[in-house]
Amino acid sequence: MASKLSGILAAAKAEGRAALIGYLPAGFPSVDGGIRAVGALIEGGCDIVEIGLPHSDPVLDGPTIQTADDIALRGGVRIKDVLRTVQEVAAAHPAAAVLVMTYWNPVDRYGVARFAADLAAAGGAGCILPDLPVEESVEWRKAAEEHGLDTVFVVAPSSKDRRLAEVTAAGSGFVYAAAVMGVTGSRAQVGDLAEDLVARTRATTELPVCVGLGVSTREQAAQVAGFADGVIVGSAFVQRILDADGDEGAALAAVRELAGELAQGVRRS
Amino acid sequence: MSEKSENPSAGPERDHLPGTEVPDARGYFGAYGGRFIPEALVAAVEQVAEEYEKAKSDPAFAAELDALLKDYTGRPSPLTDVRRFSAEAGGARILLKREDLNHTGSHKINNVLGQALLTRRMGKTRIIAETGAGQHGVATATACALFGFDCTIYMGEVDTQRQALNVARMRMLGAEVVSVTSGSRTLKDAINEAFRDWVANVDSTHYLFGTVAGPHPFPMMVRDFHRVIGIEARQQVLDRTGRLPDAVVACVGGGSNAMGIFHEFIPDAGVRLIGCEAAGEGAETPRHAATLTKGDPGVLHGSRTYVLQDEDGQTIESHSISAGLDYPGVGPEHAWLKDTGRAEYRPVTDDAAMQALRLLSRTEGIIPAIESAHALAGALELGRELGPGATVLVSLSGRGDKDMHTAAEYFGLYDEPGAGSAHGGK
Repeated sequence: MASKLSGILAAAKAEGRAALIGYLPAGFPSVDGGIRAVGALIEGGCDIVEIGLPHSDPVLDGPTIQTADDIALRGGVRIKDVLRTVQEVAAAHPAAAVLVMTYWNPVDRYGVARFAADLAAAGGAGCILPDLPVEESVEWRKAAEEHGLDTVFVVAPSSKDRRLAEVTAAGSGFVYAAAVMGVTGSRAQVGDLAEDLVARTRATTELPVCVGLGVSTREQAAQVAGFADGVIVGSAFVQRILDADGDEGAALAAVRELAGELAQGVRRS
Repeated sequence: MSEKSENPSAGPERDHLPGTEVPDARGYFGAYGGRFIPEALVAAVEQVAEEYEKAKSDPAFAAELDALLKDYTGRPSPLTDVRRFSAEAGGARILLKREDLNHTGSHKINNVLGQALLTRRMGKTRIIAETGAGQHGVATATACALFGFDCTIYMGEVDTQRQALNVARMRMLGAEVVSVTSGSRTLKDAINEAFRDWVANVDSTHYLFGTVAGPHPFPMMVRDFHRVIGIEARQQVLDRTGRLPDAVVACVGGGSNAMGIFHEFIPDAGVRLIGCEAAGEGAETPRHAATLTKGDPGVLHGSRTYVLQDEDGQTIESHSISAGLDYPGVGPEHAWLKDTGRAEYRPVTDDAAMQALRLLSRTEGIIPAIESAHALAGALELGRELGPGATVLVSLSGRGDKDMHTAAEYFGLYDEPGAGSAHGGK
């Protein structure tokens, strides 16, 4: 069954380019402001968006996304607000795919089947759950499949080949390859680990392989697009909104501009 | 004592309760435990599990650890009868297992030495750890000095202030202490920051987790390294009193000293196991750390266990006067012992703990850690329930030197300019 996610990635491939995937947490800087910001990502050129469900203990996130999560949670963002964000973005941008990225406990607490049902009803395409390894994911995958949601698993440079095969066999949509060993956040260089990981991952699966962690500029996007099916950018968008310091017009213009630059990057490899 | 017992010094014959062989291969204690970790850490955690399994069956590993526990830590730790303190406990006889007399001043060194040996076996050269009260941080910094490892300790900013003495000790031992300013700035956030370090530096670095929580195999491995507490104490109580205690009491934050002393008694069905959680200003107030009493099952720091959380699965900040118990999660084996009914968990307030701290100081000349004082308060309450003739074994998990600033502020022990010296009056 070809999912919306697969369709978008296949279309980008047919155009001879990588897809652009942008991340922002819901509720940042406010629920409605966040909805407009994610919309600006898509208008600027993102093919796919990941909407973060902010968590109190974001152990895989660096200081930039921690700050955004903190602002969102102190602003009172709830899971229902995250689902409304998905619903409004998906309704306004039917060509884009909308994923949710979050830690496992909020989904577990909300109810696995209930979350899958509500996310699908909101128009979501799937989920990325970076602290839910394959072994613990059986219940989630069953619920996701029932509701037509993709489950994107993360692989890391430390993943051994045998492990890569297990992870990619369980996932759908695409595989999220972490470019570096570390938490989210912009880095000066993408590094050599990413290309090797993409090659090793491809050897185990037909799924598209998209690369994230540390990518923040047009040049890095172009470099990654040279060996991956998609380029994932998060902290750089968050930082643009933080830099706008409460001026929503400036924030929206800044993320739209960055998305535009990155969209050029993924077409330039 | 049981009639069936053939060897009186071994105590009564024990029930082999179903399910005492936990965890299972996936690290589950019933519904709790498991391994909820990012993919980047899977290889490292599997390496720890594999190396630990190999070490367990290596006589050289056991011999080296035993020698360190004896000659460096000073084991076995004594068992102390506290008669004047017991007089306040309804006549029940209270016996203290003196983990406060270990080198570095708490039980934490038992686990740290085991994992330090494991780190060397894995060929890693750097150790990171979280710490709340600083007891685990001090023990880790100590082992790193002994073994020649680089050492970084993550500690919440709130805790670096209330446990400043331990920060100085860690730095004296050559460790880098990182003050964590994210989130609630306590133990939970120190663990988050240590995980972030580990993901980035996993090739060179072992995360020397300090309690019976975290992803498998940590809850099992840390428990195993602390089992020596219960093994020694069970025999010491039998030798001293000729029978098993009626109850074993220990404080529970993450729950390492409690698992260490409980484990050997789990098959002794007649021995009540009682964990004392930090109730802060009261388990009915928003300011407490009574995870098993007030929490719900969820996933925190790599395992499924009880968690203080809201209805969206966001962790609720805990509160306790004791930095070492100020944690919104708990080890998964405790969650399992609670659900099976084999152990009971009671909340103990800041005030009850502080009163017990002062009482032990003034009746026995032993100043306990505030963490351990929660167990003492629980033992006083239990002793009054059980009455004369009962024996209660208490894990005195640490000494109170580190807590003198908190205690001095609590009881007004510092000279105030122009004031008299009515120190510590009731």
